[in-house]
Amino acid sequence: MYLSLRDRPAARTAPASPEEVRAVKAAKRGRVSSVVITLGVVSMLTDISSESVAAVLPLYLTTALGLSTLAYGFVDGLMQGASALVRIAGGWAADKGDHPKWVAVVGYGLSAVTRGVLLVASSFAAVTAIVAVDRIGKGIRTAPRDAMITASSDPRTLGRSFGVHRTLDTIGAALGPLLAFVVLWLIPDGYQTVFVISFGCAVIGLAALVLLVPDLRPRRAAWLTQHRSREARKLPKCKGCSCDIPGLEPAGRPFSWSFLREPGLRRVFVMAGILALLTVGDGFIYLSLQARDGFATQWFPLLYVGTNVAYMALAIPVGRLADRVGRARVFVWGHAALVVAYVCAGVATASAVTTVAALLLLGLFYAATDGVLAALVGRRAAPNVRAAAIGTAQTVVAVARMASSALFGLLWFTVGRGPAILSVAVLLACAVPVAWYVVRGLDAPVPELVDAGDGR
Amino acid sequence: MRRVQPRVAILVAITVVAVLGMGGYAVAAWRADRAATESAPPVSSTALDAVLDAPHIVFRSTLPGNEYGLVAAVPLDDPGGPRAFTDVACDRVDVAGPAASCLRTIAGIATRWEAEVLDAGWQAVDTWGLPGIPSRTRMSDDGTLVATTSFVTGHSYATVGFSTLTEIHRADGTSLGNVEDYALTVDGEPFTAADRNIWGVTFVGDDEFYATAASQSAGRTWLVRGSLRDRTLTSVREDAECPSISPDGTRVAYKKVVDHAGGQPVWALAVLDLATGAETQLPATRGVDDQAAWLDDDTLLYGLPRADVPGTTDVWAVGTTSDATPAVLIPGAWSPAVVG
Repeated sequence: MYLSLRDRPAARTAPASPEEVRAVKAAKRGRVSSVVITLGVVSMLTDISSESVAAVLPLYLTTALGLSTLAYGFVDGLMQGASALVRIAGGWAADKGDHPKWVAVVGYGLSAVTRGVLLVASSFAAVTAIVAVDRIGKGIRTAPRDAMITASSDPRTLGRSFGVHRTLDTIGAALGPLLAFVVLWLIPDGYQTVFVISFGCAVIGLAALVLLVPDLRPRRAAWLTQHRSREARKLPKCKGCSCDIPGLEPAGRPFSWSFLREPGLRRVFVMAGILALLTVGDGFIYLSLQARDGFATQWFPLLYVGTNVAYMALAIPVGRLADRVGRARVFVWGHAALVVAYVCAGVATASAVTTVAALLLLGLFYAATDGVLAALVGRRAAPNVRAAAIGTAQTVVAVARMASSALFGLLWFTVGRGPAILSVAVLLACAVPVAWYVVRGLDAPVPELVDAGDGR
Repeated sequence: MRRVQPRVAILVAITVVAVLGMGGYAVAAWRADRAATESAPPVSSTALDAVLDAPHIVFRSTLPGNEYGLVAAVPLDDPGGPRAFTDVACDRVDVAGPAASCLRTIAGIATRWEAEVLDAGWQAVDTWGLPGIPSRTRMSDDGTLVATTSFVTGHSYATVGFSTLTEIHRADGTSLGNVEDYALTVDGEPFTAADRNIWGVTFVGDDEFYATAASQSAGRTWLVRGSLRDRTLTSVREDAECPSISPDGTRVAYKKVVDHAGGQPVWALAVLDLATGAETQLPATRGVDDQAAWLDDDTLLYGLPRADVPGTTDVWAVGTTSDATPAVLIPGAWSPAVVG
């Protein structure tokens, strides 16, 4: 196994295109890479597209098509499971081909196509198929996109890069429903107009991705960094001329699933899995707040807006904090915030203070976990397995959270709302120190694995 | 002069075309909507008090125009004639005794939903929030109890595990709780699965009611008889949704899955004789998705979307024999409630 103590691979890779040169220079000057900003804007446009439709779809199905939304909720749950599993596949394809951009284009493209189909299809079967394909597209694109953010950022400020990306992403999630509301306010049955605008935003986002984001080759770049001389690159010696052999495609070490055995990464997966098993869906927190007090019932649909606003505001500062004090630590602290959120949602006495506190803490939890986990894994994984490793971590978390939500539903019914939430809070409070122990040392300056191989 | 990169120029071109396309479509749709509202034939209306003084039917009016969505009433002896409008907008409405219940959607950046109890003069007495799109509402005959069913939607975050919320309130707003929490007995055995849903309440007296219970994991629905005092639900028979008790209390009408099309169930109405347990299916009502109302002891009312006009619905009437043929009773109407 080849170990190097580099801590700034992005600054030293051999860039292939002017965009990459610019991105690397920006990182050196302490700015967030233009690739990260572009990917953030792409995510923002795509989220405007998907959230504007998601906001009106239940109303559209019931009022315009006269259908029951019961089946819709069921389909939605199924597809979130499918989306989680597709993430690993998306990561694998990105690493295998060493072209994460084109895998992401497939993912964003699929979602854009569904928006186009929505303009002409209106049956319930068509709408469920559209929701399904959209989710699969989301699953495919997430890991390659996060790998590109990692590849184009300075590792020392990776948490901030993810914070910037997630902030832009969440702004899109807030703008989408707003846009849909304005349209429906002006045109009472303007569902078709919402779909047209959604399609337009998806197309602009896809075009920005295709045209502006460079075709990053993380594996090749790592290979070129390790093999700096012409000799090491197995090129013929030739003085004073540029005579690279055409067609030479330095590929670096090929993709290998052996990263699953890498002790550091495995600890991250185990820790994230344990904590996710004690993370119940936000839906339950909102339902708990709603079951407890009238304030939350009256404003039920706004609860998630409150959480999103907190997430949006905190993603960058918490990302920077993670860069300073350690991403694994901040990830674990995020779950401590979740414990307090559970207590706020579970206590019997209702007050606006505990309700608002629960929402803000939930937003803090997302700011400290979502992008930070990607940064943590992206930093630890070697370039040839990075997207697959990020996808694996996200799948572990998503599957564990779904399992915990299913179990929590049973607990909720058996012992009641307050006791159910408080007992999960107690379990999570016990798990946080354990996770703290598991991740000890993970935040130390990493001797970076240049390539995850099979131990030769 | 700095040269613009071709790819940036292409992106700008795509963006301009897309924005112009979206804006153009939105403006055209807005103009078409304006034109449709302005050119809608005026709905012939009549004085409200005169209609409310005699036997009448209250409903949500769905004829296009400025009165779209308002609660209206027509005389029982001239249901297709001029209607009298209130100034109350409801998605679902029911009237009993001196009170009315109304479920409505309040569109907004985050759309909200609420339930309201109104007095005989259509003034709000009490209002509370609902967690999703209104589905059904019923009052007890004396107007003292209100049942509301709404979906739990709003955002995909909130769809985990729970799909509908059915609550019973007193007319003064006091909650008698979430019916999902009542003890459910199916075929004599306590039913414990957590993924249950209850919807579509119909009151028999001031304690007893019928409703639908469902379990997603079991993939089954039951007609259940409930007791408010004991907080219990007991299964009566399988595959029956959105019950409605007849005025004489001897029969229950409900919708029943008769087919599947495009992954979505297709329902038709059926009537159960409570004394004999005999079920009469009404195949001509195929395609219904509503909680039926009784016009009299032998006639059912239900709403259906009008196929060629989005957003417009009609209230149909049908007899309770298996060969009965439905006919439109009130065009441009939804959620009928008969006040004898």
